[in-house]
Amino acid sequence: MKIKIFFFIIYFLFLAVLNSNDNKKELSEIYKNLRCLVCQGQSIADSNSDFAATIKLVVQDQVNEGKTKDEIYTFLISKYGEWIVYQPTFSKSNLILWILPYFIFIAGGLFIFFIVRKSKNNKAN
Amino acid sequence: MKISISKIIIFSFIIFFLSVFWLGLKIDNNYDTKSLIGSKISNFHITEINNENQYISEEDLRKNKYTLINFFASWCAPCRAEHKYLLSLSNQNKRIKIIGINFKDKKINANNFLKDLGNPYNFVGKDTDGKISISFGIYGIPESILVNNELTVIKKIIGPIDQVQFEDVLKIIQ
Repeated sequence: MKIKIFFFIIYFLFLAVLNSNDNKKELSEIYKNLRCLVCQGQSIADSNSDFAATIKLVVQDQVNEGKTKDEIYTFLISKYGEWIVYQPTFSKSNLILWILPYFIFIAGGLFIFFIVRKSKNNKAN
Repeated sequence: MKISISKIIIFSFIIFFLSVFWLGLKIDNNYDTKSLIGSKISNFHITEINNENQYISEEDLRKNKYTLINFFASWCAPCRAEHKYLLSLSNQNKRIKIIGINFKDKKINANNFLKDLGNPYNFVGKDTDGKISISFGIYGIPESILVNNELTVIKKIIGPIDQVQFEDVLKIIQ
């Protein structure tokens, strides 16, 4: 019986540690994607400023309330504008930001393909 | 004259990137939240600094034609500089109510600050941990937000209120 209770406690402690690690990981991901508005080029995760400390408190509260990452970002964007998040939202005005890398990737691939084909043709001739 | 496709692609890319850099240089990089003028403030509950049972929320602000929400602290030097303008606003004009939110401060220091310099506020709330400031989009002290009775942000004053800002607020509320 004592062994059963022992394993039971260990199991719950293990679950608690796992859960807290998940929470920490999620918090850290959110902090890294938030810009510290009063610092030079630092994220909320990197900054020890007063503003960053307050944002961390608010994010922690919202995570504890069960809000999702997107809900937290939407809340902060409504208060500070889109500048507060590093990753731009997928919207009409940001479309070029999202599409451009894929476009350059495809265009680059095509460019290399044509160059290689041309040099092969030249060699064959 | 035959121009190859690859040359056109390279040339287009160069033009594109130069235009992006040129436009980027022309954009003002100083961030502020003034772009949020026109948005509405919502979901707040501010407790009075000396009375836990007294608070204000959205409904209270809807009763005022104009409300100036001012974030201040006794430790903030620019807050002392803008205080005379807040006092003038509260004395001169009855169309505006001023709400002071004491930011990350000690109650005793805040009360002494208002005793020494005068109290321009119709209500003094507290924001001990700064969380309320986030719901108002504040990122520095002092900062003031002018809202109308629909709770729409009409003006944001980032930093201390000066003569120009003061006159601007008077003009808006006339």
